[in-house]
Amino acid sequence: MCMSEEDRHFSAELAVIGTGLAGFAASIFALKRNIKTAQVGNTGAVAYTTGYLDLLGSLAPDYLASIEDPWQGIEQLRDSHPRHPLCRIPKDDIFTAFEQFTSFLGKCGIAYTPPGEFNVSGLTPAGTLKPTLCVPATMQVGSAAFSQKEPCVIIDFKGLKGFSSRQVVANLKDRWPKLSSKRVEFPDMVSGEIYPEVMARSLEVPATREKLAKILASAAGDVKVIGLPAILGMHAPDLVREELEQLTGLQIFEIPTMPPSVPGIRLREMFEQLFPQKGVTLIPQQKVDRLVFIENGAQLSLNDSFGPISIHAKSVILATGRFLSGGLKAGVDGVSEPLLKLPVTQPDSRREWYREKYTDRRGHAVNSAGIEVDSSFRPLDNHGRPYSKNLFAAGVILAHQDWIRGRCGAGVAIATAYKAVEEVEKLLK
Amino acid sequence: MTQKQKRQTVETDVLIIGGGVTGAGIMRDLAFRGLQTLLIDRKDLCAGASGGNHGLLHSGSRYISSDLHSAIECREESTILKHVASQCIEETGGLFVAVEGDDPGFAENFAALCQPAGIACNPISIDDAKKLEPLLSDKLFKAYKVPDATVDPFRLALLNVAHARMINSSSFRPHTELLHFTLKDGKIESATCRDNQTNSILTIYANQYVNACGAWAMNIAQLAGCKDVNLLYSKGTLLVSHDRLTTHVVNRLRPPGDGDILVPGGTVSVLGTTSIRVDDLITVKPTVAEIDINVREGTAMIPALAKARYIRAFSGVRPLLQSAGGSDDREATRGFALLDHSTQNLSNFCTITGGKLTTYRLMAEKTSDLVAGRLNNSEPCQTHVTPLPDEESCKWTEPGASPKYWYKANDPEDMILCECEMVPQSAIDEIVKDAPGAEKEMTLKAIALRSRAGKGPCQGSFCGIRIASYLYDQGHYHDKTGLIHMRDFFNERFKGTRTVTWGLQAAQMELAEALHCGLLGLDNLENN
Repeated sequence: MCMSEEDRHFSAELAVIGTGLAGFAASIFALKRNIKTAQVGNTGAVAYTTGYLDLLGSLAPDYLASIEDPWQGIEQLRDSHPRHPLCRIPKDDIFTAFEQFTSFLGKCGIAYTPPGEFNVSGLTPAGTLKPTLCVPATMQVGSAAFSQKEPCVIIDFKGLKGFSSRQVVANLKDRWPKLSSKRVEFPDMVSGEIYPEVMARSLEVPATREKLAKILASAAGDVKVIGLPAILGMHAPDLVREELEQLTGLQIFEIPTMPPSVPGIRLREMFEQLFPQKGVTLIPQQKVDRLVFIENGAQLSLNDSFGPISIHAKSVILATGRFLSGGLKAGVDGVSEPLLKLPVTQPDSRREWYREKYTDRRGHAVNSAGIEVDSSFRPLDNHGRPYSKNLFAAGVILAHQDWIRGRCGAGVAIATAYKAVEEVEKLLK
Repeated sequence: MTQKQKRQTVETDVLIIGGGVTGAGIMRDLAFRGLQTLLIDRKDLCAGASGGNHGLLHSGSRYISSDLHSAIECREESTILKHVASQCIEETGGLFVAVEGDDPGFAENFAALCQPAGIACNPISIDDAKKLEPLLSDKLFKAYKVPDATVDPFRLALLNVAHARMINSSSFRPHTELLHFTLKDGKIESATCRDNQTNSILTIYANQYVNACGAWAMNIAQLAGCKDVNLLYSKGTLLVSHDRLTTHVVNRLRPPGDGDILVPGGTVSVLGTTSIRVDDLITVKPTVAEIDINVREGTAMIPALAKARYIRAFSGVRPLLQSAGGSDDREATRGFALLDHSTQNLSNFCTITGGKLTTYRLMAEKTSDLVAGRLNNSEPCQTHVTPLPDEESCKWTEPGASPKYWYKANDPEDMILCECEMVPQSAIDEIVKDAPGAEKEMTLKAIALRSRAGKGPCQGSFCGIRIASYLYDQGHYHDKTGLIHMRDFFNERFKGTRTVTWGLQAAQMELAEALHCGLLGLDNLENN
């Protein structure tokens, strides 16, 4: 291994730290603006996404009913929660961000519905509905069939746990009377436990598709629309779905499974494969050990199995996420930001982190903790001043938002990444 | 809405109110004597202090400085239980350790104190103690070995109920709450109850009524007009670590205080407890302050407790007899009281309360002696000599047992639903079919109580979904009920996790919430 002998140095105009939705979105927007980018982080979190891209599905303070019009919702949020990150970005920019993000994904082989005026209902494996702005093309038919109440069969597979078509039907049948369920065996996987990822990869093989098509056609009977757990291929889901539709003469859609699910893994693998081809220096599965700001930029240090890596970048976007991705750390004595020790806006004591009831609609205070930024999305230091003119932040690490209750995780990630990259471009000019 | 309530009538020899280990023990004891019983609980088995304790089978040494009588009872009873309920017990042995700052006089005198109670308490060298338990503090100055052990109270209660059912079809009804008694001629004529799951009303006619409600015994006695049960409530909070830190029970060698017992249980350890006087039983739950005290104090014995990963906390209430004085409730008598209520002009009602897990069998025996005597039944007690038989559907609460059974069965179709604790589909099948309290549309909470599901690091956030999905699949659920049970199960687990969520558990919580609320919308079921 010659590489192990030497240190590796990269230089870039922008270093994106974090490989969740916000980090990938930032790199996509930077590509669009021809900014030379290096991206670093553990790509695990993307695999936990369902594929749905929500903008805003529910409104504070009590997050009662799901909202239909997220754009109108943002207007209301401006009055009630002016510090919410979505309120600090013009709506046109948010729209453009979603457009650019989804069209990029489409060009890379994972087609999405473009952002529209209203939320659509995404189906969940529990048979509930999730309000979302954009859905993968593989799931679109399901949302449409639900709104048209078309006759439909949800199909599940023997040996695939955590996805029960009976469950989906039991919870939707009052609103979708012509919905029914069926269980089939997946081709060549008839005994024991089977896994969505393995099923998806096997459907990249034409012979498996042909076998499955026969099974699906017979399971559908007279019904013309069928829903499946998300298993329709890993790298070309739209082609897999299209071919299955041709072979069966049916309309077919996917429903996400429990994470880490295939739609999330698709995004991760696509980013990992395509970013390097498009000129982004992607260093996945690695954590930045040290980040220091120097004259006109920053120095990032990290290590992988081949040894140390250093990156010099003129600007940095911190998109490290929350507790799950390590962007924030919850300690006995409080929440901290481990990489730069940025101040974290948070409840006064651990006693106030969580409400008594888990599913309390008002959400938990610790979920709105996060870092503060100025109007250019520069993180603030202990004195309320930008930590560095070269540092920006994006995604759910930002304070004053509860992406879980607000159903706005993708919205916060994509919109703030757009804004941060715009500011990076201004800086670089 | 005028909904006609369904009414139902049941007759039995003895109605036992309260499904803790004592109530379950009375059920089995009376079954041996040929008496048929009905056991009811407002919630479920071990919902009170029986499920909210360390799971420590006391050698008695713990009480040696405050309550010699209880210490002797513990020594006798733990010896009996190791013989008759060995499947529920792990003979871990126990250590008492003193660290810098503890009273050297108390430490020196400990073995001598244990001697009159007949407890085998042997001093060991600091080196030997550290060999037995490498995580012990370097500041140790005295150590003793005692015959402490651990016990699984859930399995114990389940097996008692299952055996009573086998002996004479005695039965258990969960979520059945006593509303009022009907009194007539110095007797209780009937007990009116509500099924909290279906809201139907049930009237129970029995010859004898036993109040085995632990901390709630005063409330139940008052429903029968009895004013002779006076309890104080002492709340204790404990926390469960992700890993098993010691092989022995480790006690701090000092008069009972906060955070001074660490009890292993299967693959985890339980640290506790605090002691706080509370006025009511409604708001009993762990607080952040209690957690922090336990960890701080425990760290003096086992420094690793400071950095340990905790997955859950819980609280229980010690019912203390009013006569007990003293400044610390842990100094109060841990003895039990059996009241026959004859001074309250009732001849078919009694109350058993106080005591502790280790003495549950003796409490059940004394109660059964009274009840049987009142029914002119002179059959002797058998529970101290007849071993508790095993029962398939009750074996799933044992930590580490599920994987063993699963590997042995080697059935590729039997998929694991709880991946942390390796609980397979077959366990769920067996529980919903046969376990005491099994019923149609059984809640996830009830299934979890009868298995290890949800006890691992993810605290049920994944297996709750998988089990619900499996139950839908099996046709147990036909509508939103399964989702409501799922939500209620997660809400229940959260009571245990909300005070110990930091570090890795905060990441776990974020993932769980994203999944349960962000994706599945369980925080908004009414509107979904």
